[in-house]
Amino acid sequence: MDKGRYGVHGGQYIPETLMNEIIHLDESYEYYKNDPQFNGELRDLLNHYAGRPSLLYYAQKMTEDLGGAKIYLKREDLNHTGSHKINNVLGQALLAKKMGKTRIIAETGAGQHGVAAATAAALLDLECEIFMGKEDTDRQALNVYRMELLGAKVHAVTSGTQTLKDAVNETMREWTARVDDTLYVLGSVMGPHPFPMIVRDFQSVISREAREQILKAEGKLPAAVIACVGGGSNAIGMFYHFIDDKEVKLIGCEAAGLGADTDKNAATIANGTPGIFHGMRSYFCQDEYGQIAPVYSISAGLDYPGIGPEHAYLHDTGRAQYIPVTDEEAVDAFEYLARTEGIICAVESAHAVAHVRKLAPKLDKNQSLIVCLSGRGDKDVAAIARYRGVNIYE
Amino acid sequence: MSRIHTAFEHGKAFIGFVTGGDPSIEKSEEFILSMIKAGVDLVEIGIPFSDPIAEGPVIQEANLRALAAGTTVDKLFELVASLRKKTQVPIVFLTYLNPVFKYGYEGFFRRCRESGADGIIIPDLPFEEKDDVARIAQSFDVDLISLIAPTSEARIQKIADGAAGFLYVVSSMGVTGMRSEIKTDLASIIEVVRGSSKVPAAVGFGISTPKQAAEISRIADGVIVGSAIVKLCQQHGEHAAGPIYDYVKSMKEAIQ
Repeated sequence: MDKGRYGVHGGQYIPETLMNEIIHLDESYEYYKNDPQFNGELRDLLNHYAGRPSLLYYAQKMTEDLGGAKIYLKREDLNHTGSHKINNVLGQALLAKKMGKTRIIAETGAGQHGVAAATAAALLDLECEIFMGKEDTDRQALNVYRMELLGAKVHAVTSGTQTLKDAVNETMREWTARVDDTLYVLGSVMGPHPFPMIVRDFQSVISREAREQILKAEGKLPAAVIACVGGGSNAIGMFYHFIDDKEVKLIGCEAAGLGADTDKNAATIANGTPGIFHGMRSYFCQDEYGQIAPVYSISAGLDYPGIGPEHAYLHDTGRAQYIPVTDEEAVDAFEYLARTEGIICAVESAHAVAHVRKLAPKLDKNQSLIVCLSGRGDKDVAAIARYRGVNIYE
Repeated sequence: MSRIHTAFEHGKAFIGFVTGGDPSIEKSEEFILSMIKAGVDLVEIGIPFSDPIAEGPVIQEANLRALAAGTTVDKLFELVASLRKKTQVPIVFLTYLNPVFKYGYEGFFRRCRESGADGIIIPDLPFEEKDDVARIAQSFDVDLISLIAPTSEARIQKIADGAAGFLYVVSSMGVTGMRSEIKTDLASIIEVVRGSSKVPAAVGFGISTPKQAAEISRIADGVIVGSAIVKLCQQHGEHAAGPIYDYVKSMKEAIQ
């Protein structure tokens, strides 16, 4: 496979203004990823700051209730800042420092990546600006304030549909205006090469740990690993070290909003077609003329019209399976996990939990499943209350 | 061979841009004919895209207006075909890769040739990714126009070498839009271009006043103006033809 390609997907479809910087980033990463000092510093940050390794928790009550495979939760929600996003931003922010950058910029949907980026910037003394769709700054107002507390400047993006894709557009535009001192810390396994590779490598710590943990707990590999997919960073992190274990099913849960067959969803694999956008060839929700479609999900983090190129490839080859999960199923699962295990997970992660509720009963009791709990749900409580008709505002 | 070279055969070229279908296809035709009457040497028609990442607010909004008015690639091919009954001024499209990819490269460039479009500028298609598109475009006599940025440095030579139509030299960092000052050392960029390529070099991004155009035209073969014209479309809506004529005339006179 060509560098930066995943089958036909991937590539570097960006303005000429950014090309030298992207090449510089690629070369820098290729150097530092093999640098023992860089890796030592990153390991130190992950273990002593972010709180890794994250737990692999056996959800006994959920297992007994569903009456099938043993269910394990990979607890990325327990990381510092409350999601898997910290794994990637610590890596990229450290890389930015090594490259001599003094400023990072980032897009954010739900605000998880923005908060993580602002956190890393505070710790590593980097200037930080976050671009967030106006609609998302409204539905995730607490995260906006969090980012500002951490010293970041937050820009509410009013162009286009005012959600995650527009935040990516605006961060790209900002980067073309100022590359000398600035690194774009991309939050998912998307965009032009080398971002899908860099973000995947930094997130692959999830499956590296989980594979060891499950072998220790069960003495054998799980039947399947399951994660939610927007751009796909926690999912690729959860999948990566299981890709060569052919007996382990890889299942991504994408946001079907009001239903994959309605016009209010963000189910890219179910409804998308091949396209080239945001620097990459992949699948996108778009119309017959290639205009990117406005998408919808209750989850701001999955509300994206594309999917990372490596997922597109795993779909093409049949190695991974992508399943649409509706708002209603996700909210049910959100409440179910809270009641059953005493864990309030992110509404993004609840999409994966929802599928596990269907899958586990079909499997034998001597099999196991791992679901990635990509984030914690504090940020979603008010929105879930409103979904249920309880009028709470943050 | 496309008509593009003819734009540069009568002194410095003035290249004007409108977003196709803003506010309607009929009005775009009127505005373009108005630019041609005022002396424009090459016309750029923007094919609107939902997410134009290289554009500033003025052209972003024009894209949304054009899409809201129901503009499609097919309607813009019809616009070019209609213009071709009235003018031989070179016409190029500017758009993003996805609308072209989705249409299908073969079909898209065949329609370009049939309608009479001479070239295409695709800001999110850099040198490394251009081969497939360039080959198919060339087979239909459509020039894929390459861009050079202030950050291109050592890349200038390889981009210029083998360039088709003209080279689009981006004057400044960032996105399209009017700027009070252009700080890039354009003279040294254009010097490298001239050493590597025979095609003309035109400068765009940020140019709006006759004074800026006159300065740029001293070093470049052409001056490209987009946002300032699109701003007139925004301000005057359906009645923009007159203001566009006056503006283009003043710019063309400034670069003589």
